[in-house]
Amino acid sequence: MIERRNVVIIGGGHNGLVCAAYLAKAGRKVTVVEAANRVGGAAITREFAPDFRVSACAHLLNLLDQGICKELALEKHGLAMAKTGLKTIALSPDGQHLALSGEQVDGKVPDQDRVALKEFRRFMDKFAGVIARLHNRVPPRLASGQTRDLVGLGKLALDIRMLGREDMREFLRIAGINIYDILQENFTSDLLKGALGLDAVLGTFSGPRSNNSVFTALHRLSGNTGQSPGTLSLPRGGMGSVSQALAAAARQHGAEIRTSSPVARILMENDKVAGVQLASGEQLMAATVVSNADPRTTFLGLLGARNLEAGFAQKVHHFRVHGNAAKLHLALSGLPEFPGLQNDLLGERLVIAPSLDYVERAFNHAKYSEFSQQPVMEIIIPSVFDQTLAPEGQHVLSAIVQYAPRELKGGWAAGKAAFTDSVLTVLEQYSPDIRSKAVMAELLTPEDLEKEFRMSGGHWHHGELSMDQFLMVRPVPGAAQYATPVDGLYLCGAGSHPGGGVMGSAGRNAARVILAS
Amino acid sequence: MKKYAAIVIGAGHNGITNAAYLAKAGLNVLMVEKSPWIGGASVSQELYKGWMYSNCSYVCSLLRPEIYRSLNLAKYGLQVVPYGGSVTLAQNGDILGSYVDDDVARREIARHSQRDADATVRFHRDIMRQCRFIRQYLLRTAPDPTSFRLRDLKELLHLGKAASRLGENGLYDLMRFYTMSIKDYLDEYFEHPLIKAARAGSGIIGSAMGVMSPGTAYVLLHHAMGEVDGNMGAWGFARGGMGAVAKAMNDCFTDHGGETLCGSGVERIMVKNGRVTGVALENGNEYLANVVVSNMTFPRTFLECMDEKDLSPAFLKKVRNFKIRGSSGKLNFALDGLPDFPALRGNHELIKGDMHLIDSIERLERAYDDWKSGIWSQDPYVDMLIPSLTDPTMTPPGKHFMSVFVQYVPPKVHGKDWTDAQRDQFGQTVINQIENYAPGFKKLILHAEVRTPRELENEVGLTEGNIFQGELTMDQLLFNRPIPGYAQYRGPARGLYMCGSSTHPGGGVMAAPGANAAREILLDLGKPNTVPEGWLDD
Repeated sequence: MIERRNVVIIGGGHNGLVCAAYLAKAGRKVTVVEAANRVGGAAITREFAPDFRVSACAHLLNLLDQGICKELALEKHGLAMAKTGLKTIALSPDGQHLALSGEQVDGKVPDQDRVALKEFRRFMDKFAGVIARLHNRVPPRLASGQTRDLVGLGKLALDIRMLGREDMREFLRIAGINIYDILQENFTSDLLKGALGLDAVLGTFSGPRSNNSVFTALHRLSGNTGQSPGTLSLPRGGMGSVSQALAAAARQHGAEIRTSSPVARILMENDKVAGVQLASGEQLMAATVVSNADPRTTFLGLLGARNLEAGFAQKVHHFRVHGNAAKLHLALSGLPEFPGLQNDLLGERLVIAPSLDYVERAFNHAKYSEFSQQPVMEIIIPSVFDQTLAPEGQHVLSAIVQYAPRELKGGWAAGKAAFTDSVLTVLEQYSPDIRSKAVMAELLTPEDLEKEFRMSGGHWHHGELSMDQFLMVRPVPGAAQYATPVDGLYLCGAGSHPGGGVMGSAGRNAARVILAS
Repeated sequence: MKKYAAIVIGAGHNGITNAAYLAKAGLNVLMVEKSPWIGGASVSQELYKGWMYSNCSYVCSLLRPEIYRSLNLAKYGLQVVPYGGSVTLAQNGDILGSYVDDDVARREIARHSQRDADATVRFHRDIMRQCRFIRQYLLRTAPDPTSFRLRDLKELLHLGKAASRLGENGLYDLMRFYTMSIKDYLDEYFEHPLIKAARAGSGIIGSAMGVMSPGTAYVLLHHAMGEVDGNMGAWGFARGGMGAVAKAMNDCFTDHGGETLCGSGVERIMVKNGRVTGVALENGNEYLANVVVSNMTFPRTFLECMDEKDLSPAFLKKVRNFKIRGSSGKLNFALDGLPDFPALRGNHELIKGDMHLIDSIERLERAYDDWKSGIWSQDPYVDMLIPSLTDPTMTPPGKHFMSVFVQYVPPKVHGKDWTDAQRDQFGQTVINQIENYAPGFKKLILHAEVRTPRELENEVGLTEGNIFQGELTMDQLLFNRPIPGYAQYRGPARGLYMCGSSTHPGGGVMAAPGANAAREILLDLGKPNTVPEGWLDD
C-alpha cells in the first residue's frame, strides 16, 4: 500500500531542512528525501583524511538568517559558534599583511585609506540593507496587476527612497556597475583594494572589472545575521552542525528525513504533481513536491522538459550555472608558518588577492575555460578554534580557490593535478613550509562539487548570482515566486531568491508560499 | 564688449544643434570653436589632395529624424545615403554576409546554421522592441528619481506607463537585457561562433568593456536604434562626408542669425557669485552672456575651462571619477584602387557596407584583455568601410577612401602617454590585420592617417579619446548621465548648461543631447520651446 503524505521535499540541504521544519511546524506531514547518506547538502562536515574533518563545501557562516535561528531554536538543537567575527587578513607577498575587521584596518596603509574605508563600509552596509530587506520577501512580479506585487515593489522603492537623497543617488549610480571602479575611486592601497575586491567575486563567474560585481559585494554583506554586516563565523564542528541542528528542529516538529534516498523522477498525474519515485523504485506520493535541488536538475532532470511549456524550458536551459570556484583541503601535521603573520592571527580568514589586477588576471583565464595560473584564495584554518576537526596539535586548512571553470579545456581529469600544483605553489609564496606540513591534500574541482553535492555546474549558488538572475527573474520568470508552472511543484533552493550562501531564507520563503496556497 | 543671450562652446554636432534651436527661439547666439573648422567629431577634411575624409565619425543613422526635419537639414543640403551590404570575414576565408533581400539573407545565415536562421527572426523582433522602448526617451529629459517636483514625477510616471505597456514578460526581458553581457545575450539565441561574433561587435564599439562584461548587451542599441529615412536600424553615409551634417546644421544656425567664431578655444568660463557671465577665449577676447552652454566633454568643461574655486570639492571629485576611457582608434586611408578581398571576389554588394574582421567571441574578449593590460589589441577588432563606393564625391574616379575603426586602443600605453613611434606601431598592427584579409592592401595605400585616443583628444577634444564623451554604463546612463543630480543639462553654476554627448542620451551623431539642452534652457528663460517632441514609434 502507498503511504500518503502532504509534502515531499527533494534534497536535505539547509534550505530543504528549513522548509521542512516550517512546514512540519505548521502541521504538514513532511518527508525529506536526501540522496547522500547524511543531511546538509553543501553545508556538511566530513572526513577527508583519517581523523581530519572539514566543511567540505561552504566553510564560513555569514548569511544565516537570525530569525530562522530563533524560530527554529537552533542553539537548543546544538548549534554553537567556535568563533565569530573573524578578521580578514590580506596576505602580501612581502609579509606586510593587512588585518581588516569591519571598518578597521591594521597594517601599512595610508591614512586616507583608513578614512575611506570607514565611509566605504558606511554606504556599502547601508546599501546592503536594501538587499537584506528583500531576503525574507517573496519577489514581486512586474506588471501582474496584483496588489500583492504592487505592495512588494512599493516596499522596494520605499527602501531605496529611505536611503536619503545623496545615498539614494549613490546607490542608483553604483548598484549596477563593477567593484573595480568603486574601489579605484576610494582607495590607493593595492593590497586593500585586492582584498575588498575579492569579496565581490567569490563564487561568481566574474572579475572585479565585471559590471555586477558591486551587486555581488552587496549580496555578501546582506545577511540578517543580527551581527554587523559581513560578520564571519565558524560553527563548532563545521558547517555540518548547522545542518544537524536544522534536521533536529525539523524532526522535532515531526518531519521525516530519509537519507541515502536519491530521487529518480518527479511523478505527474493529469498535469499535476503526484509525488516522487526514488532510485530504488519506491514511490512517495504527495500532492506537493518541493525541490531543494537546483532548477536545472529539478526541471530538466527530475521533471523532464516534456512536462514543461517550451518557452519555459528554454529559459531554464539558459539559466547560467558556470561553477568557477574550487575547494582545497589540507591535513596539516602542525600549524603552518606565514612569515609576517603572528600565530594568533592564523585562525582568521586569510585571503590571497594582492591587487585588483591580480584578481582580474586570474579571472581572464576562466573566460577561456582555463584555470588561473595565479589563483586567488580565501583560506581558513578552522582547527585553530575548533579542536573537533583534527587530532591534537594537528590542523585542517580549508580554502576556496579561484578561478576554476566547470568546463575546462581538456577536462578536469587531465587538468586537476596541474591546477592543484599551481594552487600549492601560490600558497607556498605566502607559507613556505605548507607542502612539508601537508599530510594529505584534497582538491574539489567544480566537477567534483557537482558530483558530490549534486549542484549543476558545481555552482554553489545553484546558478550565477547576477542582476539578470536575481529577485523576480531568479531562477527564471514564471518560477521566481517559489511556485512553478507545474501544479504542486515548488522550489526552495539557492537557485531561487535570494540565492546561495548558507542563509535559509529561500527555504523559509518557499514554506510561506506553500502554506499560503 | 559684445553681449549675447547665449554662448555655445564647441561647434560639434550637439553644440550646433543646441545653438540652432536657441537661435530659432529668437536668441542672439554666439558659438565659439577651438578648431579652425566646425563639426567636432562630425567632420570632413581633405587630408590628401582630392580625397575627402570622414576622419572621425564615419556613418550616420542615429541622427534623430525629428531634428533632421525641424532644422530642415535637407534644405541645407544634408543628404544621407543608405548603404547596403556589410559582411564579417573569418580567418578561415569564410564570410557572413548581410543582404537586403530577406530570402538571400536567410539563406546566408542558414548556410552556417539553420537553427540560427530561425533564431534571427526572434532576435530582430526582440532588439527592435528594445529600440522602440528607448527611442521614446532620446528626446526627453531624464527625470530625477530623488525629486518630488511635479515635472519629475510626471516623467517617472511616463516611464512607468511605457514600461508596463511592455507587459510582464517584456519587462523581464528589459531587466535582463540591460544587465547582461552581449555574449550571454547572444548565447540565448545563436549557436554559430561567426554569427555571434558578427553581432557581438555592436556591443563594445566605443566602449571600454569586453563582450563578456555585463552591460554590453545594452550598448548594442546605440548601433541599432538609428534609422535612415524611417528604416530602423539602417545606416547611411552623409554625402560629402560627416562634415555635411555639421555644415547643414550650421547653415540653419546662421540662417537664424547665429554667429560662429572658429579658431580660438575657451580659456575660461567666467563665473560671478555663482552665475556665469560669459567666456574668455585663449586669444584674449571676452564675450558676455547670462547663458553659457558647453558642448565639451564633462571633465573638459569643469577641469580645464573653469576656476576650481567656482566649484564644490564634492562636485569636482565626481567629475574626476567620471568614466571616459578611450577604447578605440581610427585609421583613414587614401587608396589607389579597390582592395581585393579574396573572400569577397565577385560580390560587390557586400563590400559596400561595414566589413568586420572577427570570427569569435574569444578573439573579441582577448582584444579587450590587451586594453586592460594597457596595450592596444594585438589582434584588433576592425570595422572598415569604403564610403567612396557609395559616395563618388569623396575621391577622384577609380580611387577610394577607406575608414577603419579599431578596437581596442588604450588612452595611455602602460600608463604612459602615447609616443609617435607607438602610434606608428599601432598603425602597422592594423594594416597587417587588413593585409591578412586583403593581400596587396599595403601597396594601395597613398596616404594613411593613424589616430589613437591621443590624437582624438588633442584634435577633437574628446577626453581620453572616448568617442561617446563618456562610458555608456549604468552608472552613467539616463538620470545618472553625466552624474546623478546634474542629469538635466544644468551645470553647478546658474546659467551654465551642458549639451554634449556626456549628457543623456549619450554618444553617436544623434544631436539629441544638444536639442534636449536647448529645451531646458528655453524653459528656464521662459522662451517658447522650438525643440520637437519625440515621436512615438508605434
